[in-house]
Amino acid sequence: MNSQLAIRNSQSSALTTLRIAPSKGWVSLRLHELWEYRELLYFLIWRDIKVRYKQTALGASWAIIQPVFTMLVFSLFFGHLGKIPSDGIPYPIFSFAALVPWTFFANGLGQSSNSLVGNANLITKIYFPRLIVPLASVFSGIVDFLLAFVVLLGMMLYYGLVPTLNVLWLPLFVLLALVTSLGVGLWFSALNVEYRDVRYVVPFITQFWLFATPIAYPSSLLSQPWRTIYGLNPMVGVVEGFRWALLGTKTAPGPIIAVSSAAALVILVTGAFYFRRMERTFADIV
Amino acid sequence: MSEITIKIEGLGKQYKIGTLKRHDTLRDQLAYLVGKRFSRNGNSNYSSSRGFPASQAAPAPGSDTFWALKDVSFDVKRGEVVGIIGRNGAGKSTLLKILSRITEPTAGYADINGRVGSLLEVGTGFHPELTGRENIYLNGSILGMKRAEITSKFDEIVAFAEIEKFIDTPVKHYSSGMYVRLAFAVAAHLEPEILLVDEVLAVGDASFQKKCLGKMGDVAREGRTVLFVSHNMAAIENLCGRAVLLDQGRIAYLGSVKDCVTAYMDSGNSFTGADVDLSNHPARGTDSLPLLKRVRLLDKSGDAKELFVSGEPMKIEFTFNPVTSLRNPQFGIGVNDWMGSRIFSITTYFSDSSLPPLDNQCKVICQIDAIPLAPGRYTLSLSAGTIGNLLMDNLEDAVSFDVESVDFYRNGRVPEARFGRVLVRSSWKIATQ
Repeated sequence: MNSQLAIRNSQSSALTTLRIAPSKGWVSLRLHELWEYRELLYFLIWRDIKVRYKQTALGASWAIIQPVFTMLVFSLFFGHLGKIPSDGIPYPIFSFAALVPWTFFANGLGQSSNSLVGNANLITKIYFPRLIVPLASVFSGIVDFLLAFVVLLGMMLYYGLVPTLNVLWLPLFVLLALVTSLGVGLWFSALNVEYRDVRYVVPFITQFWLFATPIAYPSSLLSQPWRTIYGLNPMVGVVEGFRWALLGTKTAPGPIIAVSSAAALVILVTGAFYFRRMERTFADIV
Repeated sequence: MSEITIKIEGLGKQYKIGTLKRHDTLRDQLAYLVGKRFSRNGNSNYSSSRGFPASQAAPAPGSDTFWALKDVSFDVKRGEVVGIIGRNGAGKSTLLKILSRITEPTAGYADINGRVGSLLEVGTGFHPELTGRENIYLNGSILGMKRAEITSKFDEIVAFAEIEKFIDTPVKHYSSGMYVRLAFAVAAHLEPEILLVDEVLAVGDASFQKKCLGKMGDVAREGRTVLFVSHNMAAIENLCGRAVLLDQGRIAYLGSVKDCVTAYMDSGNSFTGADVDLSNHPARGTDSLPLLKRVRLLDKSGDAKELFVSGEPMKIEFTFNPVTSLRNPQFGIGVNDWMGSRIFSITTYFSDSSLPPLDNQCKVICQIDAIPLAPGRYTLSLSAGTIGNLLMDNLEDAVSFDVESVDFYRNGRVPEARFGRVLVRSSWKIATQ
């Protein structure tokens, strides 16, 4: 019995010979390795969630304060004073339905861009698939998203808006926001290792991107085919998708979402490959 | 049982000096590249602008690259415990970092059979806001343990760390001793087939260190393969069967642990650092007369060496030629750290030692009873003259030596660098009014 076990052991370890050698050029994403390290991913997400609002007076309410106050400011200036159209929906909920996924995206982008530098102590001391780090920081934003989403449901109740069956598509739009956030985050986090400029670029880009996305205004302001082309910004698909699924806006955003999904996937895949290519030097230069 | 677990073949790691001169922002990088363009001094192998890897053909003499590790080849059999020794910068940590896949090699390869656990630091990923319990799970999973595995060993870890009462307190409220004990306890319960350990035993107080060494011994006896980096020769001799001595990135000695440690201690001897011809030394100031001919650093048995331990006696011996008769000769020695800061000076002038007039070439011996220096590299600046002109001969940073850590305070507590460069024994009491 014992000897059998010993043989099995030696066979299994003979199978797992790992060769450590210089790598060249573009390398595989090694997604199976991500699966092997799923528990570490879980613990890093859990850590980020646990620690995020430690030693803050208002705690997790920050997850709600951020989008709610932006919504109030937008409603006053763009809705009330600027009289910007809102596809026939009360302006506050029109903008808030967009701000909830937007905040998820923007926070995920910010957190993941700084994730490698912020976890430099891990990267220089221990091996694990580095993709886990930005992945964990995007995923950990889901809790904030859910909190804000509850407020959104409350507002829908207040305005007497009942979603149609389209709401079943909602998880897809959440996924689209996540993919976009992760894709851009992969690019920025890898760049940030070498160029700390990224730290200053990200808040700037996020602000710019906010106004390049139909959050304060409807994309129906654009005529076709420009409206569909607008979908190249993946957040256009997310925001229009959210409004369509929850508020029943008339503009069925099918083509926009198709374009946005394709754009988000391109960002994610190129980001992942760029990240893996740069990964070999992370521990040396972070 | 003679199965090879780790096979290392021609392993090398090249760094660009440019990686050390960091260009943190794009602007720095641009400024650097533009400067490069104008200086036109060759060095075109910066073009990749990455820290490394350059093509292996690139490292021309005088280029801004260096090999932290070069042509390292050896095999480790299953169940063997191999020590890795060498000075700071010899490539020990680089080797472990490559084997634990934190960084990639530039040349060669290593084949590894089995699950690797690496301990390059204790407490990696500990978060101060989380409780002891939470950090055990977080740190355990970072070290590669499964959740079920951590749960099953949880009580053992807590008992080993002796922190039962504080397990649900955030670790930011822990004393540094508790923190380190908890960190090591998690690490000690890692059970990989191959364990890579870098100098993690130099933590905690004496009794805890003893416990850690005992645990390492258990690990070794359980038949696991261990690569163990340490400056603690006693630990190396106790735990390891074989050892590798690295010097400037290359293997200087590979063999039985006893021979390897001897080779390491001897490598402190007869290096240029310990016995320096000063007659044409480049460090001599332009107005200085070449009166000092030679300097040797001697241990208590009179052997020249450049590797000392804190608290060890040291003799500094000059060969001095006064040229003409010199009344009231004066000598001075300045001790500098690696940054070039003066740590202290010892002079005949301050100690008011009156030496007889010197007519012919002679040997001048300065005796230090106990080197009061923390581990590190130091240089000596030397001067000779008379009471009227103390600096007839003067050499800055003429000779260097290394100090290794030892139990200076005789209680197992080794102060870290942040406590300063000088070790002073003291006694304390309370005087009541």
